[in-house]
Amino acid sequence: MKRTLLTPLALVAGLALVAPQVLPEYYVTLANYIGLYSLVALGMVLLTGIGGLTSFGQAAFVGIGAYATAVLSTSYGLSPWLGLLAGLLITGGIALLLGVLTLRLSGHYLPIGTLAWGLSLFYLFGNLPNLGGFGGISNLPNIALFGWTIDSSADFSLAIWALVAAAIWLIGNLLDSREGRAIRALKGGTVMAEAMGVNTARSKLAIFVVAALLAALSGWLYAHLQRFVNPTPFSITMGIEYLFMIVLGGAASLGGALFGAALVTVLKQWLQDLLPHVFGQGGNFETIFFGALIILCLQYARDGLWPLLAARLPQRRRAAAELEVPVEAAALPRREALPANQPLLQAEGLVKRFGGLVANNNMGLTVNSGEITALIGPNGAGKSTLFNLLTGLLPLTSGEIRFRGERIDGLSSRRIARLGVSRTFQHVRLLPQMSVLENVALGAHMRGESGLLCASLHLEREEEARLLAEAARQIERVGLKEHLFDAAGSLPLGKQRIVEIARALSSDPYLLLLDEPAAGLRHLEKQALAELLGKLREEGMGVLLVEHDMDFVMGMADQVVVMEFGQKLAEGLPQQIQDDPAVLAAYLGGVE
Amino acid sequence: MDFAILTFLAQDGLTTGAIYALIALAIVLVFAVTRVILVCQGDFVAFSALTLATLQAGEVPGTLWLLLGGAALVCAKDIVTAVRRRHAARIPLHLLTHLSLPLLLWALLGNLDLANLHGALKVLLTLAIVIPLGPIFYRLVYQPAAQASVLLLLILSVALHSMLVGLGLWLFGAEGFRTLPFTDSSFMLGDAMIGGQNLLVIGIALLLIVALYLFFGHSLYGKALRATAFNRNGAQLVGIPTELAGSSAFFLAALIGACSGILIGPITTLYYDSGFLISLKGFVAAIIGGLASYPLAAGGAFLVGLIESFASFWASAYKEVIVFTLVIPVLLWLSLTTHHVEEEH
Repeated sequence: MKRTLLTPLALVAGLALVAPQVLPEYYVTLANYIGLYSLVALGMVLLTGIGGLTSFGQAAFVGIGAYATAVLSTSYGLSPWLGLLAGLLITGGIALLLGVLTLRLSGHYLPIGTLAWGLSLFYLFGNLPNLGGFGGISNLPNIALFGWTIDSSADFSLAIWALVAAAIWLIGNLLDSREGRAIRALKGGTVMAEAMGVNTARSKLAIFVVAALLAALSGWLYAHLQRFVNPTPFSITMGIEYLFMIVLGGAASLGGALFGAALVTVLKQWLQDLLPHVFGQGGNFETIFFGALIILCLQYARDGLWPLLAARLPQRRRAAAELEVPVEAAALPRREALPANQPLLQAEGLVKRFGGLVANNNMGLTVNSGEITALIGPNGAGKSTLFNLLTGLLPLTSGEIRFRGERIDGLSSRRIARLGVSRTFQHVRLLPQMSVLENVALGAHMRGESGLLCASLHLEREEEARLLAEAARQIERVGLKEHLFDAAGSLPLGKQRIVEIARALSSDPYLLLLDEPAAGLRHLEKQALAELLGKLREEGMGVLLVEHDMDFVMGMADQVVVMEFGQKLAEGLPQQIQDDPAVLAAYLGGVE
Repeated sequence: MDFAILTFLAQDGLTTGAIYALIALAIVLVFAVTRVILVCQGDFVAFSALTLATLQAGEVPGTLWLLLGGAALVCAKDIVTAVRRRHAARIPLHLLTHLSLPLLLWALLGNLDLANLHGALKVLLTLAIVIPLGPIFYRLVYQPAAQASVLLLLILSVALHSMLVGLGLWLFGAEGFRTLPFTDSSFMLGDAMIGGQNLLVIGIALLLIVALYLFFGHSLYGKALRATAFNRNGAQLVGIPTELAGSSAFFLAALIGACSGILIGPITTLYYDSGFLISLKGFVAAIIGGLASYPLAAGGAFLVGLIESFASFWASAYKEVIVFTLVIPVLLWLSLTTHHVEEEH
């Protein structure tokens, strides 16, 4: 992450310091607008490209930032700095409200909500009596900072690009942190992140508010640059244009935001000059062109144009030093140890119905600390459903689950994870673009506590080092040390399952639930896995394991539970189960 | 407010509500079958009304060029695919299926005496021009990305919409139009004056809704579409092609949109960009139905129509604000009642 920040930061510094000296006024102004749009686009990248959410209402947030300072500094004669504060507060409040309302619903309610809300705000700007109607408010004062009055376009260039640089630095820092990993996990769906103890609703809300605040900041600068505000630049059309910027530029990278803002601004200027010559007057030809461009871009270059461009730039090879993990960092505190062979998890009378289908019927089991319990049964017996019930992913129809004596049925998967239950998934849920190290560090999410602000300023480097060191230790422990920095998606499926185990282990759980961990492993790898599970058992961890490889299960389990048709068929020591006629009938077909 | 104004506003609200109900139904239908949030649903409405208005003025509507261009692009795409797969023999078939209707319409509009044509024929011509645009948009814009996320499909929709607004300005100009009313009659019901036009709109809208209900409930085609909406993969496994389902959903959406445009044309002045607000109000209604329930969406639409009508009487400047702020309590209610959010993949 660090390295990728250098290029845009250098570009920004160059633009701010050099451009006003050498370029004519027109280009400096154009660059200033690109900077203002970039601020909004950076927030959109965080929200859309990285968080997987989107908003059409960013232009309205820009408008709130602009109108707040316009009203306060003209009608009330207050300082533009108070205007900035007011704009940020109002924007933050509205974003918080909208976010709380829509973010619990599925993904498409936020864009529709912002669309409707953005439109309402536009009409409010035009109709509220104190906002100057569609004519707008003029004669805004200049911004002054310790005696420096920002009024020429060169002054603005410095101010705008300094803020763009600051935004890039802060967002870059944020993404390269514990909270950032949680945000980057959002795109892969909320199930895995919640199971790792991430409060996904909070992460979503945070990026929505951050994006809105960046938009408001841009609006504040815009108002004082123009010294005039009216509703037009804050319409839904502009909100859509901001989205187009990051789609064209590349929604997943900060560089894409700058590139997209520049591309759309310059192209628009050029097309507005060119197209009327070709097609005649009386049309918005550039909107036709941009619409078509976006459609083609989404069909043929879904990640935008910046990644295509970046791939052609000479790549600096990453020095080994940059990839070093701070193994010398102090170990994270662990949970207090438990006595062995005590009941950890007790489930009784679990029933789960999906409509008419009874997936689990009066199912029960107990897992003890320091023991390996295997859950076996034919395909479709309801084992994975049981896993999802135990970890809070699915609500129970009826029944009772206790963990260390406490009722946990009805708790969210995040709360259950926090109590010390960690799991892997039958269908691997890793973030394929992220490195193995970062994926595993996500498992340690609950063991850190520094917030967004700390992370953005990189004040949490010591905690971050400890989290990464813990992740690296767990990766080494499961035997994947040589893959530390590989993208998780590049590993073979069997190894990805092992990465999931490392991720679960870095949360320091009491109870580990493994869904078919040995599937896709070769013989030697299975042996290594068995050895690892044996070690975990010695340390006092309870393990519940779903597995189809009978040699693997029988050689290792202390206790075996057999399921068929959603019910418990048998329970006992491995030897007893192997001799049980009912189990044999279920697996091999009985003698009719 | 006296009784006359009250009945007038209520009629007005129910009439536009009926139109919004149609729009909301189309939005829910397209979303269920293809996962596309059809932002340009309202553009079908505006384009159809403007096409009819142009025909009534005795001129050739610009949407004809849109149809010809779109059909040519789809045809070109199919021919390229055919050549790549070495099915050159299919090229004449592609030319025939994609281009015969647009070329026929072109020939007709070029030779007919539009000014003296019967009004019903103009309506038919409008439908014939606007409805094929639905499947054309699906083929050109959505189908190449049919497996993408809802978010990406939504961005595609917005891009298509912004293209259509640009094209609309080019083809129809910035001027607003109103089509000729179907009827000038009105009658008294007790003390209330009922406009025949309003009654006609509500009646036809309800008829369309019933027709759609029968289509989905009782025809094989409709059942296949419903199956796709319920489970895309499952429907594909039993032999319902997703592509056909997508094209059909868009065909129906364009049909509903075109009819709505013809119905609303005499009541409101429509501009090239009026579609967006119409879509959004349809959305508000569809959201009330949770983007899934047809009856709730239709009920929501009548509510939106009534609120809009009364709001324009009391606080006309804030009409849109009031309607769109309505989304907030609806979202709050949905958010409190939705417990489990499905994973999107």
